[in-house]
Amino acid sequence: MSELVTRTAAQLAAAMQAGEVSAVEVAQAHLDRIDATDDRTGAWLAMMGEDALQAAADVDARRARGDALGPLAGIPVAVKDIMCTRGTTTTAGSRMLEHFVPPYDATVVTRLRDADGIILGKTNMDEFAMGSSTENSAFKNTRNPWDLDRIPGGSSGGSAAAVAAYQAPISIGTDTGGSIRQPASVTGTVGIKPTYGRASRYGMIAFASSLDQAGTFGRTVHDAAAGLEAICGHDPRDSTSIPDPMTSYTEGLDRGVEGLRVGVVKEFMGEGSEPGVKAAISHSIERLAALGAEIVEVELPHADYGLPAYYLIAPSEASANLSRYDGVRYGLRVEGETTHEMMANTRAKGFGPEVKRRIMIGTYALSAGYFDAYYGQAQKVRTLIIRDFQAAFDRADVLVGATCPTVAFPLGDKTADPLAMYLNDVYAVPASLAGLPAMSLPVGFDEVSPQDDGRRGLPVGLQLVGPLLGEHVMLRTAAALEADLDLDLTPRGHNALETP
Amino acid sequence: MSTTEWEAVIGLEVHVELNTRTKMFSDCPNSFGGDPNTRVTEVDLGLPGTLPVVNGRAVEYAIRLGLALDCEISPTSEFHRKNYFYPDMPKNYQISQYDVPICGLGHLDIVLGDGTTKRVGITRVHMEEDAGKSTHVGESGRVHGADYSLLDYNRAGVPLLECVSEPDIRTAEEAQAYLTELRAIVLALGISDAKLEEGSMRCDANVSVHRPGTPYGTRAEIKNMNSVRSLGRAIEYEIARQVDLIESGGTVVQETRHWDEDAGTTSTLRRKETLDDYRYFPDPDLVQIAPSQEWIEEIRASLPELPATTRARLTGDLGLSQKDASTLYDAGLVPLLDATVGEGGDAAEAAKWLTNEVAAWQNETGTPAVQALSGAHLAQLLSLVADGTLGKGGARTVLADVLAGKGSPAELAGDHAQVSDTDELAAIVDQVLVEQADAAQKVRDGNDKAIGALVGAVMRATKGKANPGLVNQLLAERLHG
Amino acid sequence: MALTDDDVRHVARLAQLALTEEEISDLGPQLVTILAYAEKVGEVAAADVPPTSHAYPLSNVFRDDDVVGSPMAPGDVVANAPDEQDVQFRVPKLMGDSA
Ligand SMILES: [Mg+2]
Ligand SMILES: [Zn+2]
Repeated sequence: MSELVTRTAAQLAAAMQAGEVSAVEVAQAHLDRIDATDDRTGAWLAMMGEDALQAAADVDARRARGDALGPLAGIPVAVKDIMCTRGTTTTAGSRMLEHFVPPYDATVVTRLRDADGIILGKTNMDEFAMGSSTENSAFKNTRNPWDLDRIPGGSSGGSAAAVAAYQAPISIGTDTGGSIRQPASVTGTVGIKPTYGRASRYGMIAFASSLDQAGTFGRTVHDAAAGLEAICGHDPRDSTSIPDPMTSYTEGLDRGVEGLRVGVVKEFMGEGSEPGVKAAISHSIERLAALGAEIVEVELPHADYGLPAYYLIAPSEASANLSRYDGVRYGLRVEGETTHEMMANTRAKGFGPEVKRRIMIGTYALSAGYFDAYYGQAQKVRTLIIRDFQAAFDRADVLVGATCPTVAFPLGDKTADPLAMYLNDVYAVPASLAGLPAMSLPVGFDEVSPQDDGRRGLPVGLQLVGPLLGEHVMLRTAAALEADLDLDLTPRGHNALETP
Repeated sequence: MSTTEWEAVIGLEVHVELNTRTKMFSDCPNSFGGDPNTRVTEVDLGLPGTLPVVNGRAVEYAIRLGLALDCEISPTSEFHRKNYFYPDMPKNYQISQYDVPICGLGHLDIVLGDGTTKRVGITRVHMEEDAGKSTHVGESGRVHGADYSLLDYNRAGVPLLECVSEPDIRTAEEAQAYLTELRAIVLALGISDAKLEEGSMRCDANVSVHRPGTPYGTRAEIKNMNSVRSLGRAIEYEIARQVDLIESGGTVVQETRHWDEDAGTTSTLRRKETLDDYRYFPDPDLVQIAPSQEWIEEIRASLPELPATTRARLTGDLGLSQKDASTLYDAGLVPLLDATVGEGGDAAEAAKWLTNEVAAWQNETGTPAVQALSGAHLAQLLSLVADGTLGKGGARTVLADVLAGKGSPAELAGDHAQVSDTDELAAIVDQVLVEQADAAQKVRDGNDKAIGALVGAVMRATKGKANPGLVNQLLAERLHG
Repeated sequence: MALTDDDVRHVARLAQLALTEEEISDLGPQLVTILAYAEKVGEVAAADVPPTSHAYPLSNVFRDDDVVGSPMAPGDVVANAPDEQDVQFRVPKLMGDSA
């Protein structure tokens, strides 16, 4: 196995620029790694190997000619199967779209191609991004490279696992209520979601439109930031896209935290957190202080209402967003006597249990007589959470806390209890409701696992939250901590995927 | 049936398809007809991941209509999703407006047959997208009894304005006047071609009956009226049906009824059920609309003269009759009248030509006269008649030639100029008196009416060019002289 | 709160989902549990708090009324269609009308 796959995107870019290695070799090395390991990780739903090698050859040719190249030239990228790819099946993890071939690329995909990134294929996910373990994929389970019997998080579990497994240095995910941050936390990767409206939603299959945001995974802050920089920017095809000019996410990451006010969110260190998680988070906060940051305690008094509000808003929006899957124009059809019977049969067979559950919750919450108490009240709670964050950002430049209460849990552990599964996102959801940029940074390992059997434990993620359009201060804080901790993030342990 | 003690309460919901270049939420060309599914983009088909972006011109058009109806323009309004499953709607929700439409309360004044004016309240005007069309294949050709259906989404996403009236209308005649006037306003604004027959303007009527002084009755919604005339017929039928039903001990149920133009009846299309739960909520794919005061004033300043103002100007300043004013308005001939008057033509004379010859020509050819005739030419024709160069018949021929593009009245007048040469006409008159000796004798015997045959003979002999005044004078000299 | 099987059936009809009897009886208690949790939002006094539908407030995002791209090619329109006839989508017979 080529050691090329262990390099960061930044290292690969430098090596390609120096002519030490070609884009084709880099792409091939990653395709080989996927070939050799994906029977165990289950991270991929569709491979685009031929197109990838073609695109890599094109990059090499243009580099040889001295042409200008995009910022991700020759860097392999994994794309969550929620992003439409022209000519390649895009399923959103659902039977409903098992054979759906979009005639267009999502804007995020177009931007990756324009940046000369090499798209290797599409990654597994919870059906329509509804889930926190990728077990809701209609097709297969994805496994955590740190422990193949554990979940990789979700819904962007495939993209997280692919990066953790050295199958791609950068991947694209989407985050509606933690679907990038939670998988990053449990796979020991860096996962970033930008400010709502910074990455275009055009061509990204909708779950909850007012919350959905694309973002990236990487094994370093710099790599994830470089990917994010490539996919973000204004898109006239998305009315909620922010028109303000972009700022660089990769410049000045090494400026340190001296004098920065870091707010520790009391509610993100809550009761339900495992001791190992708490210890790793506390340690990282101590290190930030040691690096010169001013640590302040902040409160988000309405944070506890974030998850309840989320479980009204997201299913409500989803119930309408998923109405278009009816067997008429595309996707699965299950026959029926009348059109409406056909639609109802199609939707009953095409959607999995969690998707149906959320459609039912959302339909109920929007139905006559319940709107004000449910959706309306949830949108008011959303206002209060935004105000809480505004008050916190009066006192701090960046906020920190745990990304999620636990480390990766075993497959099947929470599938029978939807509410227990939802609670994974209790710390992630408030930033989503407020539209804030947020990320997860690996900061340590869970060394006090009750089943401790000699392994060093599972990764723990620190959540960082920036103010609106304040990606940079968040990334700079994460980069400082990353450099200080200097963790070895190669999956290891008795049940880990083998190292390249 | 004793309809006299019953009063009908009627509200109209009118949908207007806007004639923007592109659809409401996509850059797909917006035009009528075309092969099935040749005017759809991925947005119109509701493909996964696609998103709507509002057509700014459609918003402008909504504000235009709102201002023309004296509506309040909402400082902020939103788009909502109206959720229900029907296969002509690609997303299974319609993007529409709900609690805060772009235009709020306004009114429309209608003129009734007896010359009185009535004010009808406008509840709202809101923006939404149209649905596609389904063709039902099977023996019946209608939805009931079809074997299967085919879906064409060319119309899906076409911008619509929905204009809802208050239940202020009491008779079929008022409803027809309302629809006619609203259509005239829409046409004057230039925001739609407003063809009821083709569905670019559609009118649903909510009809109920009650005894005055008692609460309103249960209403039925009637659909599928494709002309002003069928709107009137459908409402009259429905009022009678409801009154008969109540008087024979039945009750009116809330339902949607289908007007059958051939049968002249309405029938149940769909009962309102508890299932009509549209689960409206703000569309999270779209942001709020907050038109600035500057923009609203800019649109107000650009509004054309509205039909009521035009008619008032014609009957007031220009002294035309109500009937001529309406005829000119409905025939689209007011611009031509104004241009003629602008060129110094007499308004009353111009109106005569326009309401008769020009209107008839339009009807025959289907071409708007403005494309063939200028105000300058019509004014020229009027002055050629006034100075006696052209007689009535000659002028008609000249006008027909002008409309046919053969030249200006001045150029064409030569061929059709009146014969006013006394010597030339005298010779013809003498000839006629010889040929029509019988008729001449009758006149001499005191039968004045018989002179018509002699005048006609002279006109025929001159191919209509003889100056009729002079002919009469010459005949009188000879017969009574 | 409680949800009867008929309540669940009603919601399923609104959502156009042909659920099995087993799904209906399973979903009732699940929805009750989730909604009971979600109802916590009602504990917050928010009578005079305005609702937020987007965290990043934008307004008047309009497109110029210009044709930028082109309509889809007829082949693309029905490329993913489960059933089509002459570039139209074919569905079983329809009942009722559109609202
Ligand atoms: Mg309506
Ligand atoms: Zn409507």
